[in-house]
Amino acid sequence: MIAEVGSFALVLAFCASLAQAGLSFAGRARRDATLTGGGEGAALAAFAAIAIGYGVLIWAFVTSDFSVANVAQNSHTEKPLIYKIAGAWGSHEGSILLWCFMLTGYGAAIALARALPWGLKALAVGVQGCLGALFIGYMVFASNPLLRIADPAVEGHSLNPLLQDPALAAHPPFLYAGYVGMSVVFSLALAALVEGRVDAAWARWVRPWALAAWSFLTIGITLGSFWAYYELGWGGWWFWDPVENASLMPWLMATALLHSAIVTEKRGALAAWTAFLAIGAFTLSMLGAFLVRSGVLTSVHAFAVDPRRGILLLGVLGVASGSGFALFAWRAPRLKDSQVFAPISRESALVVNNIILAAVTVTVLTGTLWPLVLEAFGRQGGVGAPYYNTVVGPLMAVAFVVLPAGPLLAWKRGDARGAIQRLTWAAAIAAAAGVATYALVDPKRAMSCVGIGFGVWLVAGALEEAAGRLRLARAPLAESARRFTALPRGAWGMTLAHIGLGLFIMGAAVETGWRVETAAVLTQGGATSLGPYHVRLDSVTVAPGPNYDAEQAAITVTDRNGALACDARPARRTYDVGGVTTSRVALCLHGLDDLYIVIGERRAAGPNSAWLVRGFVNPWIRLVFLGPLLMALGGAISLSDRRLRIAAGRRRPLAAPVLAPAE
Amino acid sequence: MTRWPVILGALLCLAAAADPAERLPNAAQETRARTLFRETRCLVCQGESIDESDATLAADLRRVIRQHIAAGASDGQVRAFLAARYGDFVLFRPRITWTNALLWGGPFIVALAGLGLLVFRERRPPTPAPDLSPEEEARLEVLNGASDTLTTELSFKNASGLTER
Repeated sequence: MIAEVGSFALVLAFCASLAQAGLSFAGRARRDATLTGGGEGAALAAFAAIAIGYGVLIWAFVTSDFSVANVAQNSHTEKPLIYKIAGAWGSHEGSILLWCFMLTGYGAAIALARALPWGLKALAVGVQGCLGALFIGYMVFASNPLLRIADPAVEGHSLNPLLQDPALAAHPPFLYAGYVGMSVVFSLALAALVEGRVDAAWARWVRPWALAAWSFLTIGITLGSFWAYYELGWGGWWFWDPVENASLMPWLMATALLHSAIVTEKRGALAAWTAFLAIGAFTLSMLGAFLVRSGVLTSVHAFAVDPRRGILLLGVLGVASGSGFALFAWRAPRLKDSQVFAPISRESALVVNNIILAAVTVTVLTGTLWPLVLEAFGRQGGVGAPYYNTVVGPLMAVAFVVLPAGPLLAWKRGDARGAIQRLTWAAAIAAAAGVATYALVDPKRAMSCVGIGFGVWLVAGALEEAAGRLRLARAPLAESARRFTALPRGAWGMTLAHIGLGLFIMGAAVETGWRVETAAVLTQGGATSLGPYHVRLDSVTVAPGPNYDAEQAAITVTDRNGALACDARPARRTYDVGGVTTSRVALCLHGLDDLYIVIGERRAAGPNSAWLVRGFVNPWIRLVFLGPLLMALGGAISLSDRRLRIAAGRRRPLAAPVLAPAE
Repeated sequence: MTRWPVILGALLCLAAAADPAERLPNAAQETRARTLFRETRCLVCQGESIDESDATLAADLRRVIRQHIAAGASDGQVRAFLAARYGDFVLFRPRITWTNALLWGGPFIVALAGLGLLVFRERRPPTPAPDLSPEEEARLEVLNGASDTLTTELSFKNASGLTER
């Protein structure tokens, strides 16, 4: 009965979304505040209905109601509670429901936003309603998560064991909050195009939403990467896999959007380009969902794949982004873009950032879709990490060179010489760091040394900019302290994000260049060496878990002086359901480094049992994950800026008639 | 149920190239072999290189490549051999051919076109000043970081504007 209530709620949400779109558009066309108010109410109703449906699905998972097809396929009575709940978004249907939950949630948030001008808000709520109707319609008619089965199962098929992991349980909600957050930016862009006003004020309204979505996406990608790092047991953290690329593309686009929106907000320039990025970011989010869920591309992360419904999802994507870009093509040429800026100016620096990010997005997009392109011509092929590293590396290098100078340049016409003077010491330190690393560290890794140089350059550049803002050493300390609290938080967010990027680059460069790896077949008591460490397999015991059996290894890692470096307990789990095995990596944290120990398969049975033991020393890997988290934190701090929260008051409603585009 | 093969594919891929039983005695040749492994697709896995895969085919390919290298073949010769035998699909780093021109050139064309537009834009004669009305200019001033009291006052004044109409 409860599942039926949930199904009913989902259909109700579909109807509410249709009403939301209809009422909002009609209200805007007739300039009737009652109708648009009805649209806002419908947005809240849609969210409430989806929330009920979602609550029902979680309830079905928690109580292991195997008469619901989705639960029977993705849950199991023996699963720990947290993974029963996480199972609710582990499947195709569940993840689409999560998507719709986020979509209507953001729709409700726009409906409740008080700062937006009336016309823009009505249209944005309407567009959000259309998106809601599309996706909820897809869910209700093609992928209902609450469908019953005629013949209830006694026991469930269980969630894919690889997904039974805390980082991955939290990963989809963050990722989807990011993906779907772009829908708000999309709706605001379409609304502004219809209103004919993509201007500084609009950019200011868009920025907090873009910032929030970008921060969520950053956290989501980092969690996913961390999961791949310690769950797949290969020691790597980024594989340029189609599913990873699918989340990277909207992130790149959103990063470009954040930067171009600054230009639009402060200078009124690049309006059309900012609107284009806003539409593009959500299109790539939808493309990501389609690629992940349709199985058109093979991937190590491809869970819950269904090619048949993939076509439908492609249709949804086509309708949504197709209408978005069509509207853009129709209205954008009328947007006036009248600001002039010199080649050396902050605008130019931000435009260079956008060009590079666009080129990198194109790289990832072409690389990801290349197998499909070739297939269309009857050929086979594909690209992998070497291709991306070769193309993305030089492009990003250009962006990194320009980055620290950007915030030092003035709007309109910047002082190149002044910026270079201020950055001289940063450049000197960066070059010294790179050269010193090359000279002192063996083995020689030229590319990693260049990476270290870039990382130091970004961090030092960001610090120099912050010091300039505080007038450190040029004003009394009290004055600097006062400035620290008085200056806008947005600027501090930027500093933090740029430092985070620098740390990430350093971590990635060091980890890639100086990772040490070993593999050896060891009997109990056998030992091998791992860089400066000594690895001894003490024992392997069998330990039962809640829904798996584990071969639990005890491995002692000692350093050069014989001191204990890591008391590693890696395990190899065999799950009761499906007989799947996964490896539990043992991680020992040493400052910024990781000792990464994996127990592999048994190579010899009987009294001389031997196991394949693999170990990695991953230097500075911590920065690879801390850097992006700092970036997300920077986004959150910017978001707390009062200027964004107040959103600069609302536009006069009386101005609404004037807002109609100049025909 | 379509997902089990995928997962099995993923699970089989537990970096096997470092297996001591397979290594070449010559360290320099072994390093070259490992680099080549990372650029060679495991044809029966899910988008993984033969460096990571435990599949039989990957082990066979590793052995063949190591034999070629031990026999003195260059990296290019090994790649050509792999492409001739399994098609371009096997190479993770696509060769620069006309078919792949778009793949290798596309990103740089986008970057150059963007930079071109940026430069071209500078040569355009300055367009006239923005056509905001004086009133709008004043409001923009307020929006762009004027005091909070002013902003709040403004929104307070406008709060009831909608219902009047």
